[in-house]
Amino acid sequence: MSTQTGHIDAAGKKMGMWFFLFTEILFFGGMFLLYSIFRYKYAQDFHNAAAEENIVLGTVNTAILLTSSLCIALSISAIRRGERFFSSWLQLVTIVMGVAFLVIKYFEWMAKIDIGIYPDSPVLLKMGGGQTLFFGLYYVMTGLHGLHVLVGCVVIAFMMHFTMKQTINRGNVARLENTGLYWHFVDIVWIYLYPLFYLIT
Amino acid sequence: MKDSSGETRIIATRAYVAVWLVLLVLLAATLAVARLQLLARYSVLGSLLIATVKAGLVLAFFMHLKYEGRFLKGLLLLTLSALGLFIGLTFADVWYR
Amino acid sequence: MVQMSESPGEASFYARTGRYRWAIAEWMMSTDHKRIGVMYLGAILSFFSVGVVLGFLIRLSLLDPGWLMGAQTYNEFFTVHGVIQIFLFIIPGIPVAFGNIFLPILIGAQDVAFPRINRLSWWLYVTGALIVLLSLFIKGSPPDTGWTFYAPYSIRTPANISTAVLGVFVLGFSSILTGLNFVTTIHRMRAPGMRWFRMPAFPWTLYATGWVQMLATPVLAITLLFIVLGRFFGVGFFDPSKGGDPILYEHLFWMYSHPAVYIMVLPAMGIISEIVPVFSRRALFGYVAVCMSALGIAIVGYAVWGHHMFTSGMSDTARVIFSFITFLVAVPSGVKIFNWVATLYKGSISLDAPLLFACSFIFTFSIGGLTGLIIGSLAPNLHLHGTYFIVGHFHYVMFGGAGISILAGLHYWFPKITGRMYSERYARIGWLNFFVGFHILYFSMFVLGFQGMPRRYFDYPPQYHTGHAVSTMGSWFLALGLVIIFGNLLYGIFRGQRAPANPWGGKTLEWTIPSPPPPENFREIPVITRGAYHYEDEEVREAP
Repeated sequence: MSTQTGHIDAAGKKMGMWFFLFTEILFFGGMFLLYSIFRYKYAQDFHNAAAEENIVLGTVNTAILLTSSLCIALSISAIRRGERFFSSWLQLVTIVMGVAFLVIKYFEWMAKIDIGIYPDSPVLLKMGGGQTLFFGLYYVMTGLHGLHVLVGCVVIAFMMHFTMKQTINRGNVARLENTGLYWHFVDIVWIYLYPLFYLIT
Repeated sequence: MKDSSGETRIIATRAYVAVWLVLLVLLAATLAVARLQLLARYSVLGSLLIATVKAGLVLAFFMHLKYEGRFLKGLLLLTLSALGLFIGLTFADVWYR
Repeated sequence: MVQMSESPGEASFYARTGRYRWAIAEWMMSTDHKRIGVMYLGAILSFFSVGVVLGFLIRLSLLDPGWLMGAQTYNEFFTVHGVIQIFLFIIPGIPVAFGNIFLPILIGAQDVAFPRINRLSWWLYVTGALIVLLSLFIKGSPPDTGWTFYAPYSIRTPANISTAVLGVFVLGFSSILTGLNFVTTIHRMRAPGMRWFRMPAFPWTLYATGWVQMLATPVLAITLLFIVLGRFFGVGFFDPSKGGDPILYEHLFWMYSHPAVYIMVLPAMGIISEIVPVFSRRALFGYVAVCMSALGIAIVGYAVWGHHMFTSGMSDTARVIFSFITFLVAVPSGVKIFNWVATLYKGSISLDAPLLFACSFIFTFSIGGLTGLIIGSLAPNLHLHGTYFIVGHFHYVMFGGAGISILAGLHYWFPKITGRMYSERYARIGWLNFFVGFHILYFSMFVLGFQGMPRRYFDYPPQYHTGHAVSTMGSWFLALGLVIIFGNLLYGIFRGQRAPANPWGGKTLEWTIPSPPPPENFREIPVITRGAYHYEDEEVREAP
């Protein structure tokens, strides 16, 4: 888009992206609200249920996302210096880390489903209300988060294409910067999900 | 149009990597606090506070919020306050039932 | 038809651009805020009409329960009436129609900040609306939960809830993007010299509304998702047998739906703030207070949602807090009412149709707001919750508020949008029918509610029959009034006299460009040197 003077309003686009992230804060916020209420009501159950989580995988996943954030931040610096191959490579690494995160998540979910812990399962329902809620929240929150990671990977793939095609270049980084903002946000959501689901034992 | 940070700023790779290392250290810290029950009853609170520091670092440096204007920071605060209000007033119900 | 504008040779934004073979493609692919706004306007008025017909039939059924429809169908009728009027008409309402058409023009811009996202918002609106309507016709039955979709019934009913809720989800996303677009537009696209406190009041209200759209709608989105997850996967956040709590559904739902009423009414108040100065030839009294009160209403409105749940089982502490804050939110609304009346006082009044509707707004919204204080008090609420008193209250503020404001805006901006004028005579006749019908229809509901008639009930004991009959007869007058009003406007589109650029002598920027506007709003971006309501240097109104 352009402003009345015909220039591209990079600051305006960035503002728009931040506003979108604010809406996402409230979207995930609704889930965090439910978590906080149910945790208050069923503190002991949550404590017990969290023991089922694989803390190694959770920690590894956190490290992966933190590193992926570094990569995409560096990719923006790179394209600002005109290094489009290095920038694209860093974006690729970001995607790979995102996919790795999702793969680990998949295995975590499968492990639980194999022992009969999934929404509305007889096993889960027998574990009592608090634990049922814990795992319900676990699937919903990590599921929606994972969906956001997936979308992010797809978007970054498009950014790679634009970087190679030079639509994104040292003078025109808004799209990549905004993609970075989105990715960092997804990282921050996980920074909170991690202690809430893995560390409250 | 220059953005509020003055868009010519490029953050040094060194700085990004330093932030990343701090984040990993904090990750280890939060794990330690929780697993070793370092803060006893307040372990969960401690973990969440460390998480907030991590989030703050990502916001400030990776997302450049440190270099943005007061206005954007204010709006972020507004957003978080709205969420806080929602959670808080809901607790006014649940807590006192 | 509506193609010519004042300067011959300068085509209006309706003229074919020739980019596409089919006109409909040209319009559906357009990123021009004026075209998008006009399409939205047609859509919301169409859905409004459907909603009115549903309401008309509901009232007809209540004359003698059972003669027109059975109880289950009745539940579906009031559900769909609410869903259409709220999610397809009044929430998108003023922002997507008048906001889209006029926001950029009012601040001296050529378009919104993100025209393609604007187009996406429009497509999402159409998609969401179609999905909602789909839920009426696909296998299964139309939703019967009420527009509020309360758990646990919404999780268990076999009706087409997931479809309807998906449609609302998509509509919500459209709303979020519109709010995001408008807020960014106001931040980034104001003309040189258009400082914040030189902006007219209507953009101020669109700004406040945009923030509500952005921060409240996502809570609805996640809540609707929880319904779908509950229905499909048995996720039981609101199911006590699975540890959940149905009151949490109400909390989450009203966390959005209360701020939503401010999405409905803030832009409506903005329109009144535009009309009153023009037709009293005076600057808006207390302009800064009016603008700040818009922000005040938006902010305080985030903290009152519990007043929809006083009888649901919340703690006393919560109820007292919510009731107290509910009283607070009346203050900024009162500021606006006072300032509009003060603007009119000793003004040079022309009681043309726009002002007639605007004054009706002030009168009707005041009644609605005052009854809101009654039910915002805990003790009366225990008796009045779930009765017709509530139904009367929200129709007074939503229909009598935002609805009347839309009628006011339609008449005010009709010449600008269409390049023609309607018949003032028929506008007044229509208004009279509408106004009389409105109050007969809805005031009787306060009486019915006070006497104990519950809402959403298909039938009732005989003692309520008179009240219902009176109310239904009011609906006939109201409907007649609407037919005359819209008939008049439609006739004006095709046969009305050509309108000049500034038939009302308005001072805001839309009156400085042709009627209808050209595709590019301004030949040259204006430089603003003074506020929006400069009536000191009074000009004679242009003769139509």
